[in-house]
Amino acid sequence: MTSTARTLPVTDLSLVVLIGATGSGKSTFARKHFKPTEIVSSDFCRGLVADDENDQSASRDAFDVLHYIVGKRLAAGRLTVVDATSVQSESRKQLVQLARSHDVLPIAIVLDLPEEVCVARNAARPDRAGMPRHVIQRHRRELRRSLRGLEREGFRKVHILRTEEEAELAEVVLERRYNDLRHLTGPFDVIGDIHGCSSELESLLGKLGYVDGAHPEGRTAVFVGDLVDRGPDSPGVLRRVMAMVSAGNALCVPGNHENKLGRYLKGRKVQHTHGLAETIEQLDREDEKDPAFRGQVREFIDGLVSHYVLDGGKLVVCHAGLPEKYHGRTSGRVRSHALYGDTTGETDEFGLPVRYPWAEEYRGRATVVYGHTPVPNTSWVNNTICLDTGAVFGGKMTALRWPERELVDVPAERVWYEPAKPLATEAPGGREGRPLDLADVQGRRIVETRHVGRVAVREENAAAALEVMSRFAVDPRLLGYLPPTMAPTATSREDGYLEHPAEAFAQYRADGVAEVVCEEKHMGSRAVALVCRDAAVARERFGVGGSPGASGSASGPTGALHTRTGRPFLDDAALTEVILDRLRAAVTAAGLWEEWGTDWVLLDAELMPWSLKAGGLLRSQYAAVGAASGAALPEANAALAAAAARGVDVGALADRQRGRAEDAAAFTEAYRRYCWSTQGLDGVRLAPFQVLAVQGRSLAAVPHDEQLAWLDRLVEHDPTGLLRTTRRLVVDTGDEASVRAGVDWWLEMTGRGGEGMVVKPLAALVRDGKGRLVQPGIKVRGREYLRIIYGPEYTRPENLERLRDRFLGHKRSLALREYALGLEALDRLADGEPLWRVHEAVFAVLALESEPVDPRL
Amino acid sequence: MFLTISTTGDEQNPATDLGFLLHKHPDNPFSTKLSYGTAHVFYPEASAERCTAALLLEVDPVALVRRGKGKGRGGAPDAALAQYVNDRPYAASSLLSVAMSAVFKSALNGVCRARPERAQTAMPLRIEVPALPARGGAELVRKLFGPLGWTRVDAVAVPLDEQFPEWGDSRYVRLVLEGELRLADALRQLYVLLPVLDDAKHYWVAPDEVDKLLRAGEGWLAAHPEQKLITSRYLARRRGLTLQAMQQLELVRLAESDDLDVESIDNAVDETTDTEEKPVPLAEQRRAAILDALRAAGASRVLDLGCGQGQLVQAMLKDAAFTEIVGVDVSVRALTIASRRLKPERMGERQAARVTLRQGSLTYTDKRLKGYDAAVLSEVVEHLDLPRLPALEYAVFGSARPRTVLVTTPNVEYNVRWETLPAGHVRHGDHRFEWTRAEFRAWAREVAQRHGYGVGFVPVGPDDPEVGPPTQMAVFTMTAADDAAKPRGGETAERNGDRTEKEANAA
Repeated sequence: MTSTARTLPVTDLSLVVLIGATGSGKSTFARKHFKPTEIVSSDFCRGLVADDENDQSASRDAFDVLHYIVGKRLAAGRLTVVDATSVQSESRKQLVQLARSHDVLPIAIVLDLPEEVCVARNAARPDRAGMPRHVIQRHRRELRRSLRGLEREGFRKVHILRTEEEAELAEVVLERRYNDLRHLTGPFDVIGDIHGCSSELESLLGKLGYVDGAHPEGRTAVFVGDLVDRGPDSPGVLRRVMAMVSAGNALCVPGNHENKLGRYLKGRKVQHTHGLAETIEQLDREDEKDPAFRGQVREFIDGLVSHYVLDGGKLVVCHAGLPEKYHGRTSGRVRSHALYGDTTGETDEFGLPVRYPWAEEYRGRATVVYGHTPVPNTSWVNNTICLDTGAVFGGKMTALRWPERELVDVPAERVWYEPAKPLATEAPGGREGRPLDLADVQGRRIVETRHVGRVAVREENAAAALEVMSRFAVDPRLLGYLPPTMAPTATSREDGYLEHPAEAFAQYRADGVAEVVCEEKHMGSRAVALVCRDAAVARERFGVGGSPGASGSASGPTGALHTRTGRPFLDDAALTEVILDRLRAAVTAAGLWEEWGTDWVLLDAELMPWSLKAGGLLRSQYAAVGAASGAALPEANAALAAAAARGVDVGALADRQRGRAEDAAAFTEAYRRYCWSTQGLDGVRLAPFQVLAVQGRSLAAVPHDEQLAWLDRLVEHDPTGLLRTTRRLVVDTGDEASVRAGVDWWLEMTGRGGEGMVVKPLAALVRDGKGRLVQPGIKVRGREYLRIIYGPEYTRPENLERLRDRFLGHKRSLALREYALGLEALDRLADGEPLWRVHEAVFAVLALESEPVDPRL
Repeated sequence: MFLTISTTGDEQNPATDLGFLLHKHPDNPFSTKLSYGTAHVFYPEASAERCTAALLLEVDPVALVRRGKGKGRGGAPDAALAQYVNDRPYAASSLLSVAMSAVFKSALNGVCRARPERAQTAMPLRIEVPALPARGGAELVRKLFGPLGWTRVDAVAVPLDEQFPEWGDSRYVRLVLEGELRLADALRQLYVLLPVLDDAKHYWVAPDEVDKLLRAGEGWLAAHPEQKLITSRYLARRRGLTLQAMQQLELVRLAESDDLDVESIDNAVDETTDTEEKPVPLAEQRRAAILDALRAAGASRVLDLGCGQGQLVQAMLKDAAFTEIVGVDVSVRALTIASRRLKPERMGERQAARVTLRQGSLTYTDKRLKGYDAAVLSEVVEHLDLPRLPALEYAVFGSARPRTVLVTTPNVEYNVRWETLPAGHVRHGDHRFEWTRAEFRAWAREVAQRHGYGVGFVPVGPDDPEVGPPTQMAVFTMTAADDAAKPRGGETAERNGDRTEKEANAA
């Protein structure tokens, strides 16, 4: 018997199975060494299903529940401890299976304590005091039989504690998994497949700034494997990489070629195909110079870990790609996937296995950088990138700077090895391999936003959005943004007004926003324009359109112009292109491509006239009201006048009806202001009021004065008259005179029939004293314009009084949530995040737009 | 809203008897409060020769809206903007009909104690309705009032807005009726026909609507040539109510935020066509052709992608060979109708287990659609904008990959054979395109080639020697090699383990 404390190493993500007879102290041991939530006990589960922790007849159901809970925990990547006797091999087998199916290590801790100890402990427990001794004896017999075979059963670590003292003194020590290097934050240079191209490797390292295998700024190289085979100097490559790894300047994961070389070096029989023959020959030659080298290589390869999780979990590097559920996991199949990737089981016309496009389905948060499949050019697919650009086949050797996400490459010096088949033209999955999945959008969802945290989308709203998105929207790849709804100003008590600027200024003052900009509200329809420099940019950046080299209409769209629900603004694609063309010309003439450093830009705008898009609604609803009132009221009034002339007392009614006629006429005037005929683009006006995003940058937080200065330049450089400026006035909410000037400006503008204005914090993205996002804009609509919304007679005092009883809370909350989602979409778009991530946020805006709220707000 | 009733007379039968018949004195204006406003009756003229009664209904639009005020959801009484700005204060809609029954109750029943004989006899009448909403236009107004004994039925369309002549006419007409009729008959006609012409969404529907119609239609409705239309429209208001209840508020909101009518986006299905009672012959032929092709392919687990109202699902349920039928549609309304048609809650457990209906979209990949024997896309592709078609192709042929795929779509060449279809028009308002046979085949062959399918074509309906069949169907079959290599069911997880050396080293 030993009295020194024993340490029991336990991998930090594993399934720990406690094994021991009843009364051996498993529960006590578990409680002492693990968190209560980490322990799942069979007794507890028996209690759950049968109200009695000792009801053995409930065991089957209890273990179902236990396995279910354990499965959920392991799927979520949580260390789990099973507290059951587990003395029978069948019960352990299920647990080992469970661990394997979640790719975690099963670990056994055995409490093999003497029978008398167990008996004494059970006797001390009232609920077990009556347990016959033979139960303990049977348990111990079964345990004894099992002990030697635990490793064979699949347990990767087996700790056996034989005495009370040993169990008492044991210390559980959590060990990090080999693949868990989250604490390393780089910066990294991830280097693609090398295949013995030593000279290209040296050039690439040089280009990356490495001097003799070390980076002066302390960067770390990460090799994705396939260092060897096919190329001219595999030993040279190995020497360089091994030196860098041992000096701590590099990390390396194995490729399938290292794996095979490793087995060859261990003396296993492998086919000398796929370039291994060349490596063997080169190693043989190396033996003469450095006999120890071969052994060092074997050791190096033996110590390689199949994948690494780096930089706080944001980066995963492996040779052949890895689905999210395998990240940081440890099992044979994880290693196999990391080394070989997944195949469909089919073979192509060259007899090579068809790779399963795992990246297509990838939806993980971590960026996966890998190699293995030679492609002519790298491209991001769902936050994954393949760096194998076929250097050995005469392509190039590529590295990815992380976190910069910059690509650095050097061309191959020559074709070192003829490929069995031409390099695929697309990355796995390729252009078509970025489809959106229904699971990305359907059902109740939570979208994480950086500005307001989690935003929930309800199932019924997602259903409505799915319908509209699927049936009417433009291609989601061109739909990087949908505009949020905007709340109106707090209701005014001013005589004759429902909305008035005073409240908007006051609200911002209360929010601590001193400077606001009042922007003229153009009464048209919202239009979002994505303008690419040309069709090639639309193709390369957004993946839409025909094949490269196609000309004319086959070259595809150069952007999109869509409404606030994502529909194409115009049915006529050619006319859309004309508008994009004019915008593009203005951006070019204003020199903004260069200034923004971009070849695409996303603009928020208002397209006029309103009648262009809302024609149907205008005719069926607004003009109809005008027509009906125009037909009915004069006749009614004439009849009232005739009755009055006869001496019948209809005075009050006649007065009201006259007022009614005036209101109706004012209503007709109100909508007419926003209607005019257009022919093609003649008469069409576009007023851009915000630059949303450009390559690599969301501009949503750029102050509005800067924004408007850009947009003024656009308008200035549009000779066609399509573009319109947005009139604006900056107001200091703390200065009475300035506020009065703002009110006067609004009165003047709406007095002339203007729709109203939007008041925005000049600094665009602003938080209040409590750190909450303030409304990005508040609309203050004109008195006459509101007739269209609240009805012709809303200005009558008795109507106004009732209408003032309106509720803004829901609309305001909706406006903020949609705003945050819109910002999120822009950030994701600008960051080059995968399509589904951008679409998730855009889709959520549409879904929230379908939340029923008073439509007059 | 406003209408006038005039009559002429002489010393014997003074026109002012109208006041007795209406129970409203010509010199005293009458007002009564109704739940949605105030009804006024006054007489612009009242002499022995000529007497005119005017009914003016002062609708309180704000009150009308606030009646239904609900708490949550921002206190919005109604999610649809149309409820707030509308023609009800002005046009002679069904509300006026309700007001008539309240104000002229006795006159409607032909009861007049003071002048019983005049109530029973025809008199010269002139009725003017300056703004009568008339779905069906002036022509329908003439058809409805023409057979009812009027000597003059004048219905003139009111222009929508004289400043925008290109907008055309409004749905209102100015109606003038002249003739010798019993007042009660004239009022009853108006009482029934105003809401029939209005045909809008039912502002008021009482449970005893059928009785009311029978009473008010006594003596004129039974023999009316348009009796069917009148009855169905009058009573349709009731069905409309249930339809509105079904309408998704969420879609209404999305339509409005884009300045659209909800009808223009919630139009995936038309529940009045291809019903069990009135099946469309071509649709039946299509279903027969699809079922034949499915049986020929030996399919038992079948996806109906774009199942619409579920007619095909229903047909498949009748054949036990189809053991699992999944109807997918993007339209919630379509699924609701399909579910109403299939009544899964009333099926036996085993039957119900064969069928699933769920929302899905073919512009997204969907893991739940993998591993089926066959998928049917019947009259689906043409509802997608052409640029979105590749997404559908990928979702079906690239991702779901059923062994057999059936695609039917209209053959646009055949459209010249539809007598009712104006030249150059598509068959359905939501068709984004219609293909010729050559176009369809070119598309199908390309898709087949790209995704490893073979494809054949089957005509559906009479195969016209010149323009082909009305519907064209493509039958895609996964090529044999692919099919054999494709893992079926749940064995994919195992495939990593038994990888061969050759596979592993082929990189």
